[in-house]
Amino acid sequence: MQQVFARPKSLKDVQTHFCPGCHHGTIHRLVAEAIDEYGVQDKTIGVASVGCSVFLYGYFDIDVVESPHGRASAVATGVKRARPDCFVFTYQGDGDLAAIGTAEIIHAANRGEDITVIFVNNTIYGMTGGQMAPTTMVGQKTTTSPYGRNQDKDGAPLRMAELLAQLDGVAFSARVAVNSPKNLMDAKRQIKKAFRYQTEGKGFSFVEALSACPTNWGMSPLAANERVGTELCAYFKPGVYKNTAEL
Amino acid sequence: MTEGELSDRLFVKGNEAVAMAAVEAGCRYYFGYPITPQSDIPEYLSRALPGLNGEFIQAESEIASINMLLGASATGVRAMTSSSGPGISLKQEGISYMAGSELPGVIVNISRSGPGLGGIDPSQADYFQAVKGGGHGGYHIIVLAPDSVQEMYDLTMLAFDLADIYRTPAMVLADSVVGQMKEPLVPNKRPAAELPAKDWVVRGKSGGEQRIVKSLFLGDGELEAHNWKLHAKYRAMKERECRWETFETDGAELVVAAFGSTARIARTSVMMAREAGLKVGLIRPITLFPFPEKAFAGITKSCKRILVVELNTGQMIEDVRLSVAGDTKVEFYGRPPGTGSLPTPEELFEQIKKHY
Repeated sequence: MQQVFARPKSLKDVQTHFCPGCHHGTIHRLVAEAIDEYGVQDKTIGVASVGCSVFLYGYFDIDVVESPHGRASAVATGVKRARPDCFVFTYQGDGDLAAIGTAEIIHAANRGEDITVIFVNNTIYGMTGGQMAPTTMVGQKTTTSPYGRNQDKDGAPLRMAELLAQLDGVAFSARVAVNSPKNLMDAKRQIKKAFRYQTEGKGFSFVEALSACPTNWGMSPLAANERVGTELCAYFKPGVYKNTAEL
Repeated sequence: MTEGELSDRLFVKGNEAVAMAAVEAGCRYYFGYPITPQSDIPEYLSRALPGLNGEFIQAESEIASINMLLGASATGVRAMTSSSGPGISLKQEGISYMAGSELPGVIVNISRSGPGLGGIDPSQADYFQAVKGGGHGGYHIIVLAPDSVQEMYDLTMLAFDLADIYRTPAMVLADSVVGQMKEPLVPNKRPAAELPAKDWVVRGKSGGEQRIVKSLFLGDGELEAHNWKLHAKYRAMKERECRWETFETDGAELVVAAFGSTARIARTSVMMAREAGLKVGLIRPITLFPFPEKAFAGITKSCKRILVVELNTGQMIEDVRLSVAGDTKVEFYGRPPGTGSLPTPEELFEQIKKHY
């Protein structure tokens, strides 16, 4: 018999705390598969951020530095400049990267730091109980936008993959989703490409991964998964927005 | 200060001495942001570090730079940042994280006046922020207060060593007088020091065990134990690392207490007082944390009064009060920072006479 499916080596054999239907588990797995497939587990330093993914170090069997909220791209800059031989990635949510961390992500990207940023966008603040995020959709109700996000007062949701693609320092910027087998296979491809940008010294790579948040959306896991494919993908269009090395 | 030929001495600005000392101490990573009156420090290192295979980043903010310091320090390298007033305020969260994660690193504060935008004049009003743990959560950092260009150099090197020995951030707290003035400097070689092995740094597992640098502790009893562990460190610093200077304190009936530039001015006033036949001395704390309580306990037998002089409305005086025996009176003379508020030696001599 041949084993055709297994836990990635760089993912620990532990139970995660993620809610049923949360896509963090899937995205964690894709990142771990990339770490395994490129053989970088022993030289990876992950930078954990603040949000539902704060326990990155509990799930990935790699060295990890914890960053203050929003600052992971700056922390990763310090790590990579000191250890350019290591593989350095951040894993950040929409509050961490697109609200409090906007200065740090834009400037790390603009400087073209040789890091990989995994940005998980679920259009809401998960860990803190469902407040509005910079990526919350217009009309979406959250605990701090109880009447629905109002474009006049709250602005339109930020499209980070497109925004960063405009910077010369960004070599690779893509958006993916993991709500369907087709999208998941594409997500795996783009995450692997993002990894190659760093392992092959080709520059700053960024992947925005759309995610469901059933608990804070007030939906069942299946309905939340559906929402990713319909509502989210319509506004946050999956695609490759920059691919300077044409990988 | 070592003896040397005149040609071994350089004539440099205090800020430059800090940068030179960082390089001599083996620091090859600097992350900072311009702010008056310390921009000489990033400017010097932007010239020096590339040639030494180091990394200099003028970051997008003081927040970004403290976090770059956090990241670099987690890999085990010596790294530094510098700023003033508003920028140091921005760094407080990062410093708290570094203290909680037990990361070494040097933060230089060339104090300017505040609060808020304030001004660019010399100030000692960041004492509380520096010494009482300016960020959240209850911690301390090592705080060293130079009063000369030579001390800007020597204490910066000491800051790197103490930070590594205790795995904690260290601050060099100067004011813009010491930062901007030029004096002769003997560029001492990095002193030999016994430093603990850095077996906790993140490095990529390299076939070993996973290492995590973090300050989050959610397990039952974990964070309480961690806080006591940090507290034990601070107690050890208090036992071993207090530094201070005394001047003419033998038999002194009034002792002036001051740090940094104010101590320089007060020293002249003390000499004036001695010439006038008054038994006056000076205690100059060099470590503000740990605060040299023992220095004060030593002099309060003959001394009836301590006159604390600061460029603020009264901060170090609280630590002086905690350090003295009950019956010694502790008085205060302050010149809160701002243009024209640097006291003259004559002014302090008048205050000494008033309280004698």
